[in-house]
Amino acid sequence: MASVHFLPGLTPTNTAPVQKSDDAAGFYVLGDKLVDPKAPTGPIAERWTTRKFENRLVNPANRRKLNIIIVGTGLAGGAAAATLGEAGYNVKVFCYQDSPRRAHSIAAQGGINAAKNYKEDGDSTYRLFYDTVKGGDYRARESNVYRLAEESANIIDQCVAQGVPFAREYGGLLDNRSFGGVQVSRTFYARGQTGQQLLLGAYQALERQVAEGTVEQFTRHEMLEVVVADGKARGIIARDMVTGAIETHIADVVVLATGGYGNVFYLSTNAMGSNVTASWRAHRKGAYMANPCYTQIHPTCIPVTGDHQSKLTLMSESLRNDGRVWVPKKAEDCEKDPRDIPEEDRDYFLERIYPAFGNLVPRDIASRAAKYMCDEGRGVGPTVKEVGPDGVERQVRRGVYLDLTDAIRRLGRDKVEEKYDNLLDMYARITGENPYEVPMRIYPAVHYVMGGLWVDYELQSSIPGLFVTGEANFSDHGANRLGASALMQGLADGYFVLPNTIRDYLADGPFEPIDESHPAVVEARESVQERIDKFLSINGSRSVESFHKELGTIMWEYCGMERTKEGLTRAIGLIRDLKKEFWSNVRVLGSGESLNQDLEKAGRVADFIELGELMCIDALNRRESCGGHFRGESQTEDGEALRHDDEFAYVAAWEWGGDDGAPVLHKEDLIYTAIEMKQRSYK
Amino acid sequence: MKLTLKIWRQENASAAGAMHTYELDGVSQDMSFLEMLDLLNEQLVTSGQEPVAFDSDCREGICGTCSLMINGEAHGPEVTTTCQLHMRSFTDGETITIEPWRADPFPVIKDLIVDRSAFDRIIQSGGYISANTGSAPEANSVPAPRDKAMRAFNAATCIGCGACVAACPNGSASLFMGAKITALGELPQGQPERYSRVVDMVSQHDAEGFGGCTNIGECTNACPKEIPLDVISQLNKDLRTAIAQGR
Repeated sequence: MASVHFLPGLTPTNTAPVQKSDDAAGFYVLGDKLVDPKAPTGPIAERWTTRKFENRLVNPANRRKLNIIIVGTGLAGGAAAATLGEAGYNVKVFCYQDSPRRAHSIAAQGGINAAKNYKEDGDSTYRLFYDTVKGGDYRARESNVYRLAEESANIIDQCVAQGVPFAREYGGLLDNRSFGGVQVSRTFYARGQTGQQLLLGAYQALERQVAEGTVEQFTRHEMLEVVVADGKARGIIARDMVTGAIETHIADVVVLATGGYGNVFYLSTNAMGSNVTASWRAHRKGAYMANPCYTQIHPTCIPVTGDHQSKLTLMSESLRNDGRVWVPKKAEDCEKDPRDIPEEDRDYFLERIYPAFGNLVPRDIASRAAKYMCDEGRGVGPTVKEVGPDGVERQVRRGVYLDLTDAIRRLGRDKVEEKYDNLLDMYARITGENPYEVPMRIYPAVHYVMGGLWVDYELQSSIPGLFVTGEANFSDHGANRLGASALMQGLADGYFVLPNTIRDYLADGPFEPIDESHPAVVEARESVQERIDKFLSINGSRSVESFHKELGTIMWEYCGMERTKEGLTRAIGLIRDLKKEFWSNVRVLGSGESLNQDLEKAGRVADFIELGELMCIDALNRRESCGGHFRGESQTEDGEALRHDDEFAYVAAWEWGGDDGAPVLHKEDLIYTAIEMKQRSYK
Repeated sequence: MKLTLKIWRQENASAAGAMHTYELDGVSQDMSFLEMLDLLNEQLVTSGQEPVAFDSDCREGICGTCSLMINGEAHGPEVTTTCQLHMRSFTDGETITIEPWRADPFPVIKDLIVDRSAFDRIIQSGGYISANTGSAPEANSVPAPRDKAMRAFNAATCIGCGACVAACPNGSASLFMGAKITALGELPQGQPERYSRVVDMVSQHDAEGFGGCTNIGECTNACPKEIPLDVISQLNKDLRTAIAQGR
């Protein structure tokens, strides 16, 4: 066992794992162990403060000589661009949307956690840290999570100062509510639109800097390649999506804040444009991709009703505070009007299986339970066509009831309406059913990815000078994300963490000037152009969309809520076949020199296909169940997730192995010194 | 359902555009309006024709990206965004006319896509509260009255889609601007810049070529977030005060 990973002066509460199983043998190459070279030491509560002090400063006069590129304008990217612009650096910020205000952070509903302890109910930085590590099934780095909890309180101060209209009590102070998986009230919220209000705060701060001239904003621009010159990230190649122009942007440092890749599943709660291209292009250039298989499936989405849907819509988890989840006890009742099914014929399965937490069990547990009910043939709603793990097509009902009848009886319709207003309207609009009269139907859907580019404690990837923030990195949520913590990470990274870590890197700058003639730039530009030309020249018979749908079906079936060795192995084969067909039979019309949405999508789908294969290999290797990763082969006698800390308490960081090579697995042991690993239980 | 679609096609900002007619079969009532266009595009690509370009992203009514004039109405016949408009609002055999937002400050980029960057420039001119990172006081040290916070929130739900401009006979962005001014002005944090903000934003609004407000109210009728008309009264009130202060 390698003892090198134990940091000096710290006593680990666990030991480094030794992997005994090797399900993915033949699909990967084992690389060297990875150690976070910047991991801090000392008592956990002092690590971040110490680091902020130790990191070098850049004096204000020198900052304007340093150029920073930030890709992505959501909470992480927008906040970072605003803050670094204020600090006096030259910032260029890029987004594919027509305005930074439209980044998908805007769609977050529930709230943002912060250890303010305004309710005096026992909350603290340590408790937020503890809940987050436990919620992530002990697959996150403790130093990173502690820092996140520590910065959480500053985020609320910052946002309130910007004018974010959080919910208030009558006395004018901030209100809080509680969220799934925790027992304190630490969630700050702005009705069901918290993400929107936080993003607008960051966006406004960013636009203020644009007016000041410290930030230059490039909208409708897509990053298609990262420039790595002399071993350092020095710029990007971007396509102006309106004119088709391929542009080179050089800088001293590059930050990716490009969000998650849930759209690899085709159907997800992500925005249509959310993609993996920036991350994947960086991965192919040497940035490690960590824990790609960790996907959070959100239990309360509006179910699929046919094959026409382009995306799925989330219904806030807060509905589970009042809604009771059930399916009919008898399969033959599934077609009936739910109002005609008497109480004794209903199975309130979450309350039955998890009496302590009931309908409020964490997301991974609620999701899997719903899947099992439908697998048993007790799902409700319209039947949909599926291809099973055996490759056979079948008709299944994918839905369970979320019933507000009791709440309406108890609180009155008006109260319920006031509490959930826009959510219930949205449901009615999408389904055409009245949720006040008929129980709503819900089903799990892909929502958030905990995997992403590997970063060290300073948020720097394995490419020097390439930093990664927010959902695009892997660092803070482990194998599962608790509600109201994604917004917290995006803003902590953007406002407080990155600005304090990037300055240490920039203290070595400005770096050797490079220009368009540098071989690394020429190579990157050429590869972008060749790729575009290739897409436009294949002229096959299938639409880009059809490839994306097929990939999504494979991913959902075999790498979705439950994974098995057999299914994942089959999926890898299917994806490899799909990739071959894509590159010989895709049809992209139009030209590269104008706005061409199909061309944009072709590049993204090509990258999703490669990512999908890696996700399956990662899932195949990890023969344990933790958080958003459930392996059928690893469960307790009563069907709960069973972790194997002795084998898998590590971050799986994958190195690109080349177009014809196998990916290289680097393991970073997760060593806990401040927290003890325990089996999660919500029963 | 079977539909006849009359769609504005325009290659780029400088090209002349024209209405094109497409017949589309197999539309389900459960589809969103944009999924109906996805279906059309899938058929166009398969038959070798360039798909219709249109903007959309979150498809859950919050990002404000989608922007279509449907039968002459911004976002169509319901009070919602185009992405949340469903085909059950239409009938079998219907002819539907689809155009981009109509407003000079929103030039067409391609087909149904327009350039709304004028909105970003209005925000840049003053639509923020200046609060540098790290300089914020403890959040509860500045209480905000609940009713004012609620009004601020209601105004802040504006998604910046531009339907108000598209619906306005004068092409005014007063509802958009009034929403921001009200949201920021209702909170104690927003006070120091309150009057310079309104002057700067109105000045940028006019420079972008948006028209003046004559209180017709089409904007609030078309607003998918039902931003009330009184935000424009607030805008005018703040502007009067600013002028009275000699700004």
